[in-house]
Amino acid sequence: MRQIPRWADVVLVPLISLLLAAICATLVILAIGQDPVEALNTMVTGALGSAYGWGYTLYYTTSFIFTGLAVTVAFHAGLFNIGGEGQAQLGGLGVALALLFVPWPHWTVALLGAIVASAAFGAVWAAIPGWLQAKRGSHIVITTIMFNYIAYSLIVWLLVDVLRPPGQAEPATARFAHGIPALSDIPGLNLVFTQGIPANISLFLALLACIGVWALLWRTPLGYEIRAFGKSEPAARYAGIRPVRTIMIAMALSGALAGMMSVNNVMGESGRLMQNASEGAGFIGIAVALMGRNHPFGVVLAALLFGFLYQGGAELGLWTSIPIELRIVIQGLVILFTGALDHMVRMMLSLVFSRRKVA
Amino acid sequence: MDYATLLQILDSTLRLTVPLLLACLAGLFSERAGIFDIGLEGKMLVAAMTSGSVAFLTGSAWIGLAAGIGASLLWALMHGIASITFRGNQLISGVALNFLASGMTILVAQAAFGQGGRTPPLAGSARFNEVALPLADTLRGVPVIGPFYADVISGHSLLVYIALLCVPLTWWVLFRTRFGLRLRAVGENPAAVDTAGISVSRMRFTAVLITGVLCGIAGAYLATALQAGFGREMTAGRGYIALAALIFAKWRPWGALWATLLFGFFQALALRPDVVPIPVAALEALPYVLTVLVLAGFVGKAIPPRAGGEPYVKER
Amino acid sequence: MTGDTAIELRGISKAFGSVQANKDIHIRVAKGSIHGIIGENGAGKSTLMSILYGFYRADSGQILVDGRETPIPDSQAAIRAGIGMVFQHFKLVQNFTVLENVILGVEDGRLLRPSLAKARKELARLSKDYGLEVDPDAKIEDLSVGYQQRVEILKALYRQADILILDEPTGVLTPAEADHLFRILRGLREQGKTVILITHKLREIMDITDEVSVMRRGEMIASVVTRETSPPQLAELMVGRKVLLRVDKQPAQLGEVVLQANDLRVSHDGVERLKGVDLTIRRGEILGIAGVAGNGQSELMELLAGIVAGTGSARLLGRELDLSGHEDGRDRRHAGIGHVPEDRQHLGVIMDFAAWENVAFGYHREDAYRSGPFTDNAALKADTAAKMERFDVRPPLPNLAIKHFSGGNQQKIIVAREIERNPDLLLIGQPTRGVDIGAIEFIHKQIVALRDQGKAILLVSVELDEVMSLSDRVAVMFDGRIMGVRDAATTNERELGLLMAGVTETA
Repeated sequence: MRQIPRWADVVLVPLISLLLAAICATLVILAIGQDPVEALNTMVTGALGSAYGWGYTLYYTTSFIFTGLAVTVAFHAGLFNIGGEGQAQLGGLGVALALLFVPWPHWTVALLGAIVASAAFGAVWAAIPGWLQAKRGSHIVITTIMFNYIAYSLIVWLLVDVLRPPGQAEPATARFAHGIPALSDIPGLNLVFTQGIPANISLFLALLACIGVWALLWRTPLGYEIRAFGKSEPAARYAGIRPVRTIMIAMALSGALAGMMSVNNVMGESGRLMQNASEGAGFIGIAVALMGRNHPFGVVLAALLFGFLYQGGAELGLWTSIPIELRIVIQGLVILFTGALDHMVRMMLSLVFSRRKVA
Repeated sequence: MDYATLLQILDSTLRLTVPLLLACLAGLFSERAGIFDIGLEGKMLVAAMTSGSVAFLTGSAWIGLAAGIGASLLWALMHGIASITFRGNQLISGVALNFLASGMTILVAQAAFGQGGRTPPLAGSARFNEVALPLADTLRGVPVIGPFYADVISGHSLLVYIALLCVPLTWWVLFRTRFGLRLRAVGENPAAVDTAGISVSRMRFTAVLITGVLCGIAGAYLATALQAGFGREMTAGRGYIALAALIFAKWRPWGALWATLLFGFFQALALRPDVVPIPVAALEALPYVLTVLVLAGFVGKAIPPRAGGEPYVKER
Repeated sequence: MTGDTAIELRGISKAFGSVQANKDIHIRVAKGSIHGIIGENGAGKSTLMSILYGFYRADSGQILVDGRETPIPDSQAAIRAGIGMVFQHFKLVQNFTVLENVILGVEDGRLLRPSLAKARKELARLSKDYGLEVDPDAKIEDLSVGYQQRVEILKALYRQADILILDEPTGVLTPAEADHLFRILRGLREQGKTVILITHKLREIMDITDEVSVMRRGEMIASVVTRETSPPQLAELMVGRKVLLRVDKQPAQLGEVVLQANDLRVSHDGVERLKGVDLTIRRGEILGIAGVAGNGQSELMELLAGIVAGTGSARLLGRELDLSGHEDGRDRRHAGIGHVPEDRQHLGVIMDFAAWENVAFGYHREDAYRSGPFTDNAALKADTAAKMERFDVRPPLPNLAIKHFSGGNQQKIIVAREIERNPDLLLIGQPTRGVDIGAIEFIHKQIVALRDQGKAILLVSVELDEVMSLSDRVAVMFDGRIMGVRDAATTNERELGLLMAGVTETA
């Protein structure tokens, strides 16, 4: 296939994929007899038209940065981690246990405890499929899917039978003693965010994680090993990179990142663990990572886009008769065009570029 | 547990095995031809929604079945275009199409019926109703075997028997026909097929479309036979369990039958908390846990088709 | 031999992107002859034959079969035109039987049973006519390479090929198997078939062909009658200048023992591939391992390099190496073993990584490339630029992905990486496979220079010429064992060839 310029590969390919996904989504909206212009208006107004809307958009963005990074790290090791959802759920459990059973003196310490617990729980939930892949050859895609279902059942059982306070009907834990400040609680920012919003300081944690993942992958020997292993396992063996160790580390890191999103939604937003707290964010991580070209900075942009999509989609569900599940359709379309049909987009582009050269 | 309870569990085992079996055979065709398909789930889901809707609108389960197969074929075609024509990542394509199915089924069902993404309940000829096999009542009196024949073997919808017939049929197609020989060859070494002057893409597309047909039947069975109508996410991970069963079966048709019967049995047990005294959530998780255990330990040396998952590119 | 023409190509050209693989090729192959096509790796021989077999389409030019213009858009058309091809990498389905492989694509009807019965009969006849015995019910994965090749020939004959193209058919065969193949080819010629033999081995051309065409850099340089030419003339045509087929080197100055290995064994999937090998290599010595590919050489290299686990004992300068799998490639590098792997692109580099990243490959945790917990990319790039200068790597761009370099330049980068660590023992496999002549000489000189610095070198190559000219001693491997060790200066090809076939003179 003809070469296309690097900038086009990095910038144009995702943008065109996104455009194609948008066109398809428009057709879907038309097909179910709704008005796409009205839909877009509702989404933009609801997600970006007010500080309040931004407060939600950024809240979703925070979660998606974590899960997008989780998928990214695993991808670089050549592993397709579809288990972000289960790992996020377990991360939530870690947050809940840490905040319910440890008497933290101050919310800052509690935050640290929650970060460690969520990361550890998520890491373990990802490391098991990692170990099964490395040692037993079980296909990681299938095992991580199974672990999503198992996590779901596990959390339901714990919430219904174990962690639910006596006398409470809802399957959820008790409220935590500590929360973290929302963006609207921060002096300065509270001039912008005048109402209570769910976006909280874990947004900064997510951005830190981005820089951390970038530095890890491209500036440390460990990251070098992960990327080399992901490109070629036989070559990695030649270079003395141990497959089992690399798979385990990459999966544990991936799971830890997915788990850490629970600091945002469980500790930050709801203040207690409820059923299905991660709301599919683990799956959106796949779309975010693909859209962001598996680069941490691309992940931030893609997470912002999906944050908009999620908040906007929720508004659609509220104000129009378009079901909220339109979000899942768009998510599927983005994954399809950026992850599976990327060659098609490149072929189209290479035609454009070769024609221009001739002219 | 008495014999009557056992028969009840075996009866529901068979009912629950059928969608797994059809999906497993569907995956078998695809993977034998070298195309991974984790989109079995999505294909079943669109087929279930489409067949449920069409069966309700026409009052005919058969037209519903045809429509379900059509919808599933559309999804199969998209997977084929992404992974064969454009040599995309087969796993990612499958994941994408599953999400697309998950969202689209609810959108369309909501737009059509306005019942929160379900289809209206089906009754009468809009469902595949149970058929009694010959002599079922006559033989009921025979000890042990009689009730087994009457309660477990007999009394299912036609689709159950079609699914069971698909097992020998698949075996025959795969191992006794020219088509089967070429299909297996294309999953093992596409270059051998290409140099023999046969189109690799055409073989693979055919396999992917057969996968579509079988998933279509599986989905239609869910909405028009096992249940009376389509409900959100009604496939509930069956597509993935079928994939695990396929590995367990070592990509063989008879193995697929035994593996899916086993998984169907687990699912049947999960419906009977009165028989197995553990929390419902644990029972619900049981099939998934067992799938992991199967994948991890008891599979033995399962050798997948050698060219699986790899787009075919002529080497220089 | 009649004067009729079986195949004629007129003005065939083919480009892959910016690479012109074939440029305006003209060739005429006489009916009932064996026609050799010779050229270096990458000269465009395989591309030309793939065009003839309809695997690729030429950008321009005509193909004439039996004097008639015959477009060959796909393999089916080639088969119809009576052309059969035995590829270098066999196109067989490993878990199918011989019979199933033979009928694939030319079955009679939709059911297998009658096709298989017919093929069984036909195969028996072909086997008898051409001396191609093979069990029709054997699975391909259970057959030796030589037999697999026969299946490929039978496949072509079953498709009623009159013209048979063989692409580098002897690369995987022992000398004895190659002789057998040549007998079969002569038999085919007697029956009036036309054979086109693609090779880069002069000896084979001289042995068996009637005419030979020489290709160089995508062009057809000359077509000559074999009887009227000589190996030096062909070599000059191939390379475009006079070549020295021998390496200049001083007699070895042997020092202390560097590697003492005893009873090395490696098993894969329950099959023992390395069956008790003993080795001694001293300072200042090149020990060459000759043998047909797949006789345990790779396992030996990978065991010593820490890539696979095995049993036995190996002492490097008196220090025991752990062969059980606890030590990996990094531990071996640390101990002083450098390794240029046989399969360069598969093992030796990450193709998508830049040249500078590949220079760190295997040494990425070294202090020189680190500052604190981070990698020191600037130092690494500077080191890469320096290596590129010293080893004359072109283009000298550290940021370019390694896949964009030619085979010879990739190999130079790997050799630079491994040699410049100053290893006590260098393992080097197929040092010049897919490498152009200029780079071959350069790499050979580097290996000899390392030896002259008093290092020990273990060389594995399937090119007997290379092993004989570079090594001080030659060990021959067959079926996982060393059949014998000979002094390179006094042995000859015949003696080594017998050992390669597993024959020991126990008279």
